[in-house]
Amino acid sequence: MAATETYITQSPDIACSTLGDDTIIMSTLDSTIFVLNSVGTAIWQGADGATPLSRIVQDKVCLEFDVTGDEAMADAKEFVDELARHGILSVSSQPVSPGEVL
Amino acid sequence: MSLLEEMNRKATDLGIPFSAHVDITWRCNERCVHCYLDHDGKGEMTTEEIKDVLRQLSESGTFQISISGGEPLLRRDCFEILEYARARRMNVKLKTNAVMIGPKEAARIKQLGIEQVQISLYSHRAEVHDAVTKLPGSWRRTIDAIGRLKANGVKTSITHILMTYNSGQAKAVRQLAAELGVDFVVDPTITPKLNGDRSIMRLGISSQELEEILHSEEFVGNVDEFCDPSSAVNEDILEGYSCSAGHTLAYISPFAEVFPCVQFPMPCGSLRKQSFREIWQHSAALNELRSVHIRDLHTCSHCTHVAYCSRCPGLAYLEGDFRGPSSVDCGKSYARTGIPSLAMSRAGHSIPHVSSGLVQISGVQ
Repeated sequence: MAATETYITQSPDIACSTLGDDTIIMSTLDSTIFVLNSVGTAIWQGADGATPLSRIVQDKVCLEFDVTGDEAMADAKEFVDELARHGILSVSSQPVSPGEVL
Repeated sequence: MSLLEEMNRKATDLGIPFSAHVDITWRCNERCVHCYLDHDGKGEMTTEEIKDVLRQLSESGTFQISISGGEPLLRRDCFEILEYARARRMNVKLKTNAVMIGPKEAARIKQLGIEQVQISLYSHRAEVHDAVTKLPGSWRRTIDAIGRLKANGVKTSITHILMTYNSGQAKAVRQLAAELGVDFVVDPTITPKLNGDRSIMRLGISSQELEEILHSEEFVGNVDEFCDPSSAVNEDILEGYSCSAGHTLAYISPFAEVFPCVQFPMPCGSLRKQSFREIWQHSAALNELRSVHIRDLHTCSHCTHVAYCSRCPGLAYLEGDFRGPSSVDCGKSYARTGIPSLAMSRAGHSIPHVSSGLVQISGVQ
């Protein structure tokens, strides 16, 4: 049985901007601020609801930051869970269409 | 250093306009006695022009944007503009007198994810507030709107501007803010009119009242620390800048003109003639401003207050030289410490009118 894919989507309840390699994100629900480093920014920018997390990690993290797939995926899942807990990202086992996001 | 301060510093290094203040109109339904704007709407940007400005700011890296006026809700497209800014994922603050915020508007503000609504309130007494705004019933409407915003879960703050009309009422307004459950900022700022007319400066509070405010724990927190004149100057301070105006902050007027800050009316370019990026990167005025470090200030760099002074280069500009002292900020440093600034000493220790500086003091919650 194939492993379930994970799809991640940026929440509409945020403000964000990229400064150099970093991304600043603020939850408009509680004004909590997060700053993502370049790896986090790569995952964030790939969070379109349609691209599996495994693909984001492979294409945006492993290739650009020279890390192994397993190591990067474990870190990415931890990162995604953390942002999801704060409502910054939503996580789904199915692709999410743009209409569902906003 | 907070995350926001850290990112602001990074934006300074990268030359990114991290914050912008956009006045979408100078028209207003109030006629506040201390207002520094005229209220002519002729030549205002269209909806599409404003959206294009927001797009350009967003593409330049702007994270925080204040939509203000005049009274921004006088524009029928105000919510369309707010919605567009949020669609660009900007952190939007709305500055308003709130008299037009009814139940529908409050719900819409919440739904759009506006981060904060900042509302001017001049008194805890309706008759005093209404005398300042010259709009009968405005206090009641503003207070009701604050209640609606709170009921919708919108983060709201009251800004209380100190002036002769509401002298001595700051504590009561702070108490009212606490009862309403909103943040409170006291602001001893009477800004000269942007055309240089300083006649409204007579509305400023006395030096004595400012001194009382600046030595009050409920307004400044730790008074000993806030008023301590012994902060040592160091290389970091001398290498730094007076404020973020023109470095990470831009102001856009309703007529598409770019300035470093709403209180710094040094023309930098028109968005009807150039792109924002062209102005931000190549304006001679902005680049001259950015070349001036604290160490380059001919008087202030040698002043005993240099490490903590709230010197506003915009107010200095309005006095004729943005590299020079702002006399009102000299007055504030004097009120804090009892020590005359260098500029005051050179002028024979005259105590300047103190009420037109930029300092905003958050209430201790």
